[in-house]
Amino acid sequence: MLFRTLSSALLALLLGIATLSFTACDDDDKAQPNKGELDLEFENVVGTQALTLGQAYTSTNGDAFTLSKLNYYISNIKLTKADGSEWAEPESYHLVKHDQTSTRTFTLQEVPTGDYTKITFTIGVDSTRNVSGAQTGALDPLNDMFWTWNSGYIFLKLEGTSPQAANGQLVFHIGGFKSPNNTIRSVSPPLPQGTVLKVRAEKAPAVHYKADVLKLFTGPNVIRFAELSNTMGGPSSVKVANNYAAGMFRIDHVHAD
Amino acid sequence: MKRLVAAPLAAVLAGLLVASCQPDADVQPTPGLPGSTLPGNFSAPAYALDQNPPNREAFELGRKLFYDPRLSRDGSVSCGSCHQQFVAFAHSGHTLSHGVDNRLGTRNAPALQNLRWRRSLMWDGGVSNLEVLPLAPITNPVEMDETLPNVLRKLNDDADYRQRFAKVYGTGTIGSQQFLKALAQFMAGFTSANSRYDHYVRGESGGTLTAQELRGLSVFKANCASCHATDLFTDESFRNNGLDRQFAADSGRAHITSRPADRGLFKVPSLRNVARTAPYMHDGRFNTLEQVLDHYDTGMVESATLDPQFRRPNGRLGIPLTAQQKSELQAFLLTLTDEQFLKNPQLAEPR
Repeated sequence: MLFRTLSSALLALLLGIATLSFTACDDDDKAQPNKGELDLEFENVVGTQALTLGQAYTSTNGDAFTLSKLNYYISNIKLTKADGSEWAEPESYHLVKHDQTSTRTFTLQEVPTGDYTKITFTIGVDSTRNVSGAQTGALDPLNDMFWTWNSGYIFLKLEGTSPQAANGQLVFHIGGFKSPNNTIRSVSPPLPQGTVLKVRAEKAPAVHYKADVLKLFTGPNVIRFAELSNTMGGPSSVKVANNYAAGMFRIDHVHAD
Repeated sequence: MKRLVAAPLAAVLAGLLVASCQPDADVQPTPGLPGSTLPGNFSAPAYALDQNPPNREAFELGRKLFYDPRLSRDGSVSCGSCHQQFVAFAHSGHTLSHGVDNRLGTRNAPALQNLRWRRSLMWDGGVSNLEVLPLAPITNPVEMDETLPNVLRKLNDDADYRQRFAKVYGTGTIGSQQFLKALAQFMAGFTSANSRYDHYVRGESGGTLTAQELRGLSVFKANCASCHATDLFTDESFRNNGLDRQFAADSGRAHITSRPADRGLFKVPSLRNVARTAPYMHDGRFNTLEQVLDHYDTGMVESATLDPQFRRPNGRLGIPLTAQQKSELQAFLLTLTDEQFLKNPQLAEPR
């Protein structure tokens, strides 16, 4: 007999189940030879200058402004190899808050090793998660990026002042996921010529993006603060979204490891 | 000897097993727990049972939260202040919602019932999911005027809440998702499906309608059911029912969509318990069902977004109803009152 008593049989059974359940819930996988990491860094700039909250700048259109807040969502990150095969980051939601330095850099984990030639991401949050109820992490409504009266995330929140603005205040809360005022935009800023992201078990490349605030107010749509200084979704937010899609983000450089 | 060692060990391991995954998330459905059964005459719910499996502890936690005025800035207004069970969780005798510092909103606090089946919530459909519904009144300056971080601070400072949340969701800081899921558990329990009409359509005992009520049902089917559709008595569309000529005070659905075509449109409300949910319309302008039926008969006014169903071939507006049809309709509407729901002690403020 393998088990001499009922209780020892039960014990063995429980041990087995407990082990199984630990395995099932444990997503802290050990380092695997075919998996690596990739760091993404977001540096917020105003043209050629670094962004400092409270500092005075001038837009490309000649409007003076000062920012007190800049937050935006980067989500649904996808890496593409030269052969077209893709890897999508699971649960891919990141909130960059300018006043919290730690949020400006994050690491994609368990990336299959290989040579990647393109990174695609969404500025904002996909429509599904806008309507999926109470979320946690980057999507927690505690992050003050959720419209309570009109369910959905604020994809990009820029606040500040400008003497050109009607009441002196700049309030750009860009969001909305329903046609015709959908502001979800997916972008793939190109890697520097000839650069390939070599993800290896022992090597984590870092991609350094520059996010240029000036590009929110220029591009397909010229935004003058005398005409638009307050938007919380709707057609005017779409104009800003078309600008952020057109050129707010670019890859400045890549650290090979 | 072996037995003595093995039993406590097994208990510890069993405890670990439960604790290792989601704590308590899959407690067996409790018989009679509001929200745990789906009525046979309703369609599939928008907020499915498995999105937040009904669980007695979570329900009771949500119930305590729903009736807790600490969810408001100054501790004066709870969800239950403006959503009273005896009137199907509408606000008895209040035209407009009544918030902290006696501030008045711009809309009538709607009845809360069968929320599990709602694809959108609020008069303008602005809220998309039952779980995030409470964020709107909590943060509205003319309602509860509070912030989510403050609410969570108050809950985390309260030993009873800490203990109750830990029992349902595991130990640790009470988070926004736990708070909202607990409230959703309670609100998902506001199922009204036991009116005399329900017994009638399901062929159950107690489901007898009088001749007058049946004539009212026929009038209803011919004139009202295209919008107040299905046994939920709403098709969940947004429509302009001819209340106003212009919408400067409240643009309704357009507030959410920014579309001119949506100006003056509001959610078609369910008619369940309608005899109890006065006053009526998004701004509570009508006090009686007579006034409501008179409005549909002769009271409508012209505007660009008036629902085409109210335009008659002769150029007149509304739904012509004889005095007899109105009284038959009223008789029918009274059969939608669900005393079991209105008096269910499990939905009342906890003692």
